[in-house]
Amino acid sequence: MSAPAAAALSVRGLSKSFGGLAIAQSIDLDLERGARVGLIGPNGAGKTTLVNLLTGTLAADAGSIRLQGEPIDRLPPEARVRRGLARTHQLNTLLPEASARDNVALAIAEREGIGWRLLRYARRWRACLEEADAQLESVGGAGVADRRVAELAYGEQRLLEIAIALALRPRVLLLDEPAAGVPKSEAHAIHAALERLPAEVAILMIEHDMDLVFRFVREIVVLVQGRILRRGTPAEIAADPEVRAVYLGRSAP
Amino acid sequence: MPFATVLLDGVSYGMVLFIISVGLTVTMGLMRVVNLAHGAFAMVGGYLAVILVRAGVPFLLAALLAAAAVGVLGAAAELAVYRPLYRKGELAQALMTFGLVFVVIAALTMIFGPEIKPLPVPGFLAGLVDVGLRPYPAYRLFLIALGLALAALLWWTIDGSLYGARLRAAVDNPRMARALGIDVSRLYTLTFAAGCALAGFGGAIGAQLLPLEPFYALRYLVLFLVVVGVGGMGNFRGSFVAALALGVLDTAGKYLLPEAAAYLFYGIVLVLLLWRPNGLLPSRAAT
Amino acid sequence: MKGLHLLPWLAALAVYFAAGGYLSLGTQVLIMILFALSLDLALGHAGIVTLGHAAFFGFGAYAAGNFAIHVHGDPLAGLAFATALTGLFGLATGALILHTRGVTLMMLTLAIASLLAEFANQAHWLTGGDDGLQGIRMAPLLGAFRFDLWGHTAYLYSLTVLAAWFAVTWRVLRSPFGRSLDGIRQSPARMHAIGTPVWRRLVAAYGLSAAMAGSAGALSAQTTRFVGLSTLGVLLSGTVLVALILGGTRRLYGAFLGATVYVVVQNVAAELDPFRWMLVLGALLMAIVLFLEGGLASLGDLAARALAGRRAGK
Repeated sequence: MSAPAAAALSVRGLSKSFGGLAIAQSIDLDLERGARVGLIGPNGAGKTTLVNLLTGTLAADAGSIRLQGEPIDRLPPEARVRRGLARTHQLNTLLPEASARDNVALAIAEREGIGWRLLRYARRWRACLEEADAQLESVGGAGVADRRVAELAYGEQRLLEIAIALALRPRVLLLDEPAAGVPKSEAHAIHAALERLPAEVAILMIEHDMDLVFRFVREIVVLVQGRILRRGTPAEIAADPEVRAVYLGRSAP
Repeated sequence: MPFATVLLDGVSYGMVLFIISVGLTVTMGLMRVVNLAHGAFAMVGGYLAVILVRAGVPFLLAALLAAAAVGVLGAAAELAVYRPLYRKGELAQALMTFGLVFVVIAALTMIFGPEIKPLPVPGFLAGLVDVGLRPYPAYRLFLIALGLALAALLWWTIDGSLYGARLRAAVDNPRMARALGIDVSRLYTLTFAAGCALAGFGGAIGAQLLPLEPFYALRYLVLFLVVVGVGGMGNFRGSFVAALALGVLDTAGKYLLPEAAAYLFYGIVLVLLLWRPNGLLPSRAAT
Repeated sequence: MKGLHLLPWLAALAVYFAAGGYLSLGTQVLIMILFALSLDLALGHAGIVTLGHAAFFGFGAYAAGNFAIHVHGDPLAGLAFATALTGLFGLATGALILHTRGVTLMMLTLAIASLLAEFANQAHWLTGGDDGLQGIRMAPLLGAFRFDLWGHTAYLYSLTVLAAWFAVTWRVLRSPFGRSLDGIRQSPARMHAIGTPVWRRLVAAYGLSAAMAGSAGALSAQTTRFVGLSTLGVLLSGTVLVALILGGTRRLYGAFLGATVYVVVQNVAAELDPFRWMLVLGALLMAIVLFLEGGLASLGDLAARALAGRRAGK
């Protein structure tokens, strides 16, 4: 365990209830710089809820969230993004009419703080477009830069989600099932992109694809019914009888 | 005592608003269709009742027949012009129904002329009834009784019943609903027709309070939308409470501050909508 | 292609020189174009579904009218005043309501427009009530050009104001701000996720759109020297909506096309009583929504695609 001050993301006692149902129960979590953590758990365990609580899309009932030591609990989602917390979505939220390049360029424009610029545009927007091309290339999506999102294959769209999140130059990246629904033929592109993610970014990834999880992460957190059941290395988790019972299935070898 | 009169006036007015608006809370709230032409359906119901009454049909029967006719018109409209727009989003629906309102207003003016068409109430309702404090119009008491009866009926049919469950299922997940054997298309058409029929009925029986003239559809549109918005979309209890509250508010306003009443009313509505965008009362269904 | 850009403007100038008798109609067209352009910014690009945009048109009209009556008859001063004031009004109402979306937002825009219309109806001292604001006397434009009876000054004045706003809109839409508005329209969730202060952008767009609509209203007040309650009415909100949808949203000259067709046809149909006109208007709107989503401007695209299809061989 590293000291909290070095943690990129530090969560203490995060809780949330809906009606009478507790969907997040006093969650403690630390992500160090460069972490590769997988978040797994049965359906309904509250994984995406946790991500929504971290990004601010959902307001927590209690608990604290610190990004690089700074509290971000009171900030709205867009402010947290500007502080360096980015996410991808389980269901694409790409701009359907815009091209892949434009989708990324908008993110860059926001990052650069020129999103509000009304009149002067030409040079700086072009710079955003160029950087967008570079970003797309770094995730292996250079070929689709011009195409409208609605025309992209599903796997390409998932790649785009990752590219956009990266373009924001986050300190912490939350990936919500990046490979979900992607056909086997396109999955390798996603895997390759994930492996090429910058080393210093702390990554928390929700995934059901166990192959991907075990290959990509160095630590696993198991979430069951809004509570953290276990945290450990992939080997420890795979061998843990309680995890196996709850999640991997009693009949697992 | 003016207080009691204002209250009763407001409540009876609110009942008319409820009867008309409840159909809109169904279509906009449960079916999630933006229907700005709802007031037009109410208006057509009123005009049809006028024709029937002039032909000698008794008042209540005329109102019911007019409601049925408007229901049929509603079903036809749903099949012809609403259905193609379910997938096209709110703006398209708003625009199309806005156009429909204009068409209906123009058509009715061309047929009936721009003047107010009075719909006289039958003899047994036209008199005054002694309610202890002072004589009060029987017609308004009738409206209150009718509104309560309708609220009870709706509560009993929709909220607790299989129909209600089916409707909710169909709206939330049409594909799943079809897989369960629910005929989603027919459900939509029937529900929409029912909403329109209720509106037509309200337009007919409420003609003394909301006078029938071609611009009725636009003039009171905001009122109906506001009842639905303040009550919470798809929320029957909410629209009942909102209709009564707004009815009393409007009546009291006109009595106490006749000049400022109109825009103060909208001002209060604005505040209510901003304070509780999802409606005053919590919705029963946990979405 | 660039040459095509000049076409509408050349046409407008041609009208000035060749169709002298129709200049007041032409001015009406120009004002409606400006109004429709303002709606395109708010509705077409930012996705703010507003059914009460006439509130800003009327607000600007009454502001300019009162300015001319009580302060000074100088048209440019009045225009600046009305534009600025309406813009502020837009920012204020936008800040209030743009937290909401969809149907709630629609209802709120209607509620505000109704509120304003009722207030105007009551405030005789400010609006003249039912009789309208009368007694507006305009000083010569730039001190030299009188507003003559045939509408020469009015036409060129309106054309210049339209051109100025068009240039502003053009730049704004191509700026990062403008692009972020399109993004907000397509997916607010996506824009939140990249750190966009969505509400702030929407309020700014709404304020800008309001200012533009206010300019249009001011022009109307100044060129006709009258402001009636209809400038705030639902009918006008519906009219500009039809004009924009008719021409096509998010197209460079969609507003131009739609507004021109609309105003010209309306005047031609003025022989018919106003209610038959409403029938045509309503039916037109329904037809466009049901059958021609992109408006008239998209007919060009459809034709081009059909031709390309035929050339490629079936």
